[in-house]
Amino acid sequence: MLVIEHLHKSYSTTQGKLAVLQGVDLQLARGASLALMGESGSGKSTLLHLVAGLDRADSGRILIDNQPLDGRLESAMARWRREGIGLVFQQYNLISSLDVAANLSFQARLAGRLDRQWLDCLATRLGLDSLLQRYPEQLSGGQQQRVAIGRALAARPALVLADEPTGSLDEACSDEVLALMLQLVGEAGSSLLMVTHSPRLAARLERRCVLHAGRVRAEPR
Amino acid sequence: MNPLLITLQALLSHWRRHRLQFFSIFTGLWLATALWTGVQALNSQARADYARAAAVLTGPGQAQLLARDGERFEQALYLQLRRLGWQVSPLLEGRLRIAGAHPLTVRLIGIEPLSLPSTAAVAGIAIPAFDLQAFIDAPGQAWIGPDTLQQLGLNSHEQATSSDGQRLPPFVVQPQLAPGVIVLDIGHAQALLQAPGQVSRLLLAGESRPLPADIAQRLTLQTPGDDGDLQRLTDSFHLNLTALGLLAFVVGLFIAHAAIGLALEQRRGLIRNLRACGISLNTLLLSLTLELGVFAVLGGLAGVASGYGLAAALLPDVAASVRGLYGAQIAGQLSLPAGWWLAGVLVSILGALLAGVSSVLRAAHLPLLALAQAQAWRMAQGPWLRRQAMAAGLLLLVALGCWQWGNSLTSALILLATLLLAAALLLPALLDGALAWLARGCRGALAEWFIADSRQQLPALSLALMALLLALAASVGVGSMTEGFRKTFIGWLDQRLSADLYLTPQDTTQALQINAWLAQQAAVTVLPGWRAEIRLQQWPVQVQGIIDHPAYPARWPLLEQSPQAWAQLASGRGFMLSEQLARRLGLRLGDSLELASDTLTVVGIYADYGNPKGHLLVSAGWLRAHLPQATLSALSLNLAPERIAPLKAELQQRFALDDSRVVEQATLKRWSREIFNRTFAATTALNSLTLGVAGIALFISLLTLSQSRLGQLAPLWALGVRRRQLAWLSLGQTLLLSSLTVLLAVPLGLLLAWCLVAVVNVQAFGWRLPLHVFPAQLLHLAVLGLLTSLLASAWPLWQLARRQPSELLRQFADEA
Amino acid sequence: MKPSLYLLIGLLLLSACDQPAPAPKSFAGLGQDAAAFKQVTRNQPLVFPLDHAAHNGFRIEWWYVTANLTDRQGRDWGAQWTLFRSALRPGAETTGWNSPNLWLGHAALTGPGGHQSSETLARGGIGQAGVEARPFRAWINDWSLQGSDDTGRLQMSANGKGFNYTLNLVSTGPLVLHGAQGYSEKSGKGQASYYYSQPFYQVSGEVERYGQRLAVTGVAWLDREWSSQPLAPEQSGWDWFSLHLDSGAKLMLFRVREQQGAPYRAGTWISANGAAQALQGEQIQLRELAWSKQDNGRKVPTRWRVQVPEHGVDVQVDALEPKAWMQTRFPYWEGPVRFSGSVSGRGYLEMTGY
Repeated sequence: MLVIEHLHKSYSTTQGKLAVLQGVDLQLARGASLALMGESGSGKSTLLHLVAGLDRADSGRILIDNQPLDGRLESAMARWRREGIGLVFQQYNLISSLDVAANLSFQARLAGRLDRQWLDCLATRLGLDSLLQRYPEQLSGGQQQRVAIGRALAARPALVLADEPTGSLDEACSDEVLALMLQLVGEAGSSLLMVTHSPRLAARLERRCVLHAGRVRAEPR
Repeated sequence: MNPLLITLQALLSHWRRHRLQFFSIFTGLWLATALWTGVQALNSQARADYARAAAVLTGPGQAQLLARDGERFEQALYLQLRRLGWQVSPLLEGRLRIAGAHPLTVRLIGIEPLSLPSTAAVAGIAIPAFDLQAFIDAPGQAWIGPDTLQQLGLNSHEQATSSDGQRLPPFVVQPQLAPGVIVLDIGHAQALLQAPGQVSRLLLAGESRPLPADIAQRLTLQTPGDDGDLQRLTDSFHLNLTALGLLAFVVGLFIAHAAIGLALEQRRGLIRNLRACGISLNTLLLSLTLELGVFAVLGGLAGVASGYGLAAALLPDVAASVRGLYGAQIAGQLSLPAGWWLAGVLVSILGALLAGVSSVLRAAHLPLLALAQAQAWRMAQGPWLRRQAMAAGLLLLVALGCWQWGNSLTSALILLATLLLAAALLLPALLDGALAWLARGCRGALAEWFIADSRQQLPALSLALMALLLALAASVGVGSMTEGFRKTFIGWLDQRLSADLYLTPQDTTQALQINAWLAQQAAVTVLPGWRAEIRLQQWPVQVQGIIDHPAYPARWPLLEQSPQAWAQLASGRGFMLSEQLARRLGLRLGDSLELASDTLTVVGIYADYGNPKGHLLVSAGWLRAHLPQATLSALSLNLAPERIAPLKAELQQRFALDDSRVVEQATLKRWSREIFNRTFAATTALNSLTLGVAGIALFISLLTLSQSRLGQLAPLWALGVRRRQLAWLSLGQTLLLSSLTVLLAVPLGLLLAWCLVAVVNVQAFGWRLPLHVFPAQLLHLAVLGLLTSLLASAWPLWQLARRQPSELLRQFADEA
Repeated sequence: MKPSLYLLIGLLLLSACDQPAPAPKSFAGLGQDAAAFKQVTRNQPLVFPLDHAAHNGFRIEWWYVTANLTDRQGRDWGAQWTLFRSALRPGAETTGWNSPNLWLGHAALTGPGGHQSSETLARGGIGQAGVEARPFRAWINDWSLQGSDDTGRLQMSANGKGFNYTLNLVSTGPLVLHGAQGYSEKSGKGQASYYYSQPFYQVSGEVERYGQRLAVTGVAWLDREWSSQPLAPEQSGWDWFSLHLDSGAKLMLFRVREQQGAPYRAGTWISANGAAQALQGEQIQLRELAWSKQDNGRKVPTRWRVQVPEHGVDVQVDALEPKAWMQTRFPYWEGPVRFSGSVSGRGYLEMTGY
């Protein structure tokens, strides 16, 4: 479903050009899950941002269902983000002016694919039923991440992209949230690309690959 | 290194990265100080000039003897009193037109320095310090203020000539002398004014005794304080200016407050780190205070300099205002004492403290270990809105009290202030309510977000919006008042000034001669005006006696009248009086008044705008019978248009009347309108400046907000909302908030206008104006308000639209 | 007497008092006109009663009465009545404010426990002040000195804050001409004035202080002097005595102090029948014995030793009221004195320039 071919990306910094991705190749089948690992600065977040259409690659291609993602058209990228994917970041996920219920349904409504039943199911499964009228700042970190996950899945996107989704949670909480996420991603029928530096968490996904010096070094079995 | 220095260095490093904030705080303090000190400069200059006017002659007692008929009298009375041991000093006063490049009519004051008490002073010069020989002997001296000399376009060594060809004594410049005044020896004054042996009044030093009977028939004692002095008369005007200045000051402080608060928010992490590194709280607070002090001094210096410029630019208008309203002379030039500059900087420091004290206190209470997190705004917002609404309620109660029971200018201004402040405090709650109401009608995720996010921005923007509200409301209020006044005044003027030619004869004798001569001219209608000056309850009042003529009912607009008012007036049983006087005396239609041992009934009340004295209208017959000192001082003529110019020329030639004594209607109207326009020029200018400052406040608030807004907008962008769309939405939010503010400002401004015309004007001037609403003006101001906010939001939004994705990405990636 | 008054009037009327040393500029008009004023010359006989009146054409002139009085309780009082005339320019008196004359009146009452003084000013030309000869009448505002043509009988009245007096003067002797038939020199450099006196007045009348009226009797002395020349600038002040000796004789003495060098001394011995003998230089010995501090801090000699050996006079003169300070625009000391020694009596002392 997702095919990445020879992806290059570099940033200009004060110290000169910094090549972050230097020819990345990767595939992800529909419904599959992949953990993207690597040291800090290895480019894993950059790769995720490129796939999410938040940034544009210098060269190479990203194919979604054999259709290339055209980074030149902002409208197309915005549409891809709106309708094609669900995003979960480590933090700064939620819209602080909206309550939990509005946050949960926000993207589904943006995408025009609001499914009340599925949303209620998500809220229940994520344990958010009693928190729907609250505002993000009134929630704990774990609760906030559950809302973010719910929002990402509300429109049943083809692909869920998660960047250290449990990075700011403690171990027990993080395991619980990840388990919930994997379960729901499965129920939604979405594929999952998750960036993590924790081998323990990565082990719970179907596949893992390690990014090193801008390339996919190995995909341990 | 000293911990204080380290702390300061660390704190100040912030401004290198946030120059904009630096300029915001600076601009706030600068504008606040500039407008405030500017207004203060105007006021203090004017007050100094009133003091100069009052100090033309100062002495222990200010009692004086005046002729009962208000005219000059022979100096034999002076000698008689002197021989009886009265410590009196003669004074002759008159107007003299000085010829030259810039002809000017000045007030000539002839004094007699030998008989003035040695404790007296003339233009700040003590009597014993007089160079008597030079002053009284030929050619004598003509003391003049530097500004008057400049107005005349003469040098101090040039000798001036009066318009009738007499040479004045050589000038001696006295810096303390009031503008428009020339002081000289009484002997020289009698010659110049062609009043040999005549004096205008006798100044009395020491205690007064009963006057001898024969003199008491001629002269009357006037004790100090009887005269409605300039200071008191003009207080209301200056209070108005001060109120406007204060408004501008508050608006300027809003800017500084917002920027200082933001700077603190952004430096929370830094402050925590400094504290963690062992910097004591005291050192930190001292550093923050010092930093504030630096801002205050910088802003203060810039502000005082601009304030001076502002005052210099507005002074001619203010001078025209007080001349038009009160006949008070103030110089067209600023000369301020050194203390004024210092006071300006002190005001800036005070302002900086006001604007920054809450931030410094917040820094003091900053928990050492708390995580940096967005403020729990929603939890705080509810109580915040409630508290403000409660304060507003209290203020409204005060306003209500002032309206119901207040009867002074101060209470009227408190009414205005509380009303404005209450409206400002209510604004966030009202806006929040309006947004909440709008939210109910919203469908769609973005629309919901649009409203919810606008509500979230309210606390940060509310100060700027309050500033906008106050400035706009003041513009609407003052604009409506001014326009309304203009409309009323011009209409009144058109009716009142309906004669073709106005004559001011030199004295009654000449007036009677002219009247007799005019009676022989064909097709000329003459309306003689008999005048007398009296005092009613210590207030100077002009009594005008008119003949029974159909012109008056047609031309003299009445605010209120009894049936058959004009007939009753002509019969000598009734009288009419000006609105101011009626208010002052508490008279209404049908009330009666004891006047010159007769009792008259009020049959009409008319407007008499711009007259600081009271005005009474009676029949000429009654006036001449009951107030023998009445003089025939004005003649109004109606005649065919083509005959005006020849008749004027003939009158001038036959009776030796100069241009100032024969005036055509058009000229008189032009003068009046010029005075009117200049009267409100300073007010209007200050008003526009305040609106500009409010615009800047909004701009700076939005600009500072736009940085923290990124965190709010980035998730939306990540969820697939385009940048341009985000920019438009943000613009929409600003416009929504400012439109609502403008919508609230219009009724508030009208309320303000009502307060001005119905309460403040009545207290300040004694007249009440009808409230006019000018829709075009309102629309104009509303659009101006929206444009201001549009301009204010344009730059920050343009910045937002231009944000690179990487900057938005950083919102997510920073911590990853 | 009173060479003083050249300076006094010069400083008082013709220039600003805050300039102790008048700049030549402020006297510019005066300097030019100085020659035009009438000059004092020797051998110019005085003519009465005309010379009782004002001498227009001379720059400066005064009428000066000092009275030593006693109330019924035997307490000493002193009364002073002075009228100065000062001309801004030479020329006759005119009618109107452009008159050249300025008038200045000083009055004082000294009695048990105090001294009060008063000052009044007036312009000439409008009738506010002046002096006429027939009948004699000198007045300024409500103060006056008037009576018979020959000044043999005068009524004198003046008032000030908290005091007033009305005194009747009757002369018992002739007018006395000082110097050379009325030509009185004031320095070795030729400054002079016309100067005559009437020292033989018997006085009765009333004085009133703070509402208390007292009948008084005593003696009085009228001084008349006019001139056009100011004193030399180096003359810093003067001390002047008019003494009524119990023997019936009268003595006038003055000393003009020089900034450097010996003071100029002159005087007149007047015998009880009115015969005058001019005194000069070493004939007169004046020495300060004790000083009194005035309210304004200045120290003034109020006890003197006065000697005129030729007439056997060696007396100690004591001020009745050591603080007889005239707090006028140009302040000076003037008050009644008592003296004793070789002869006793009473009189007046004036001191300026302290």
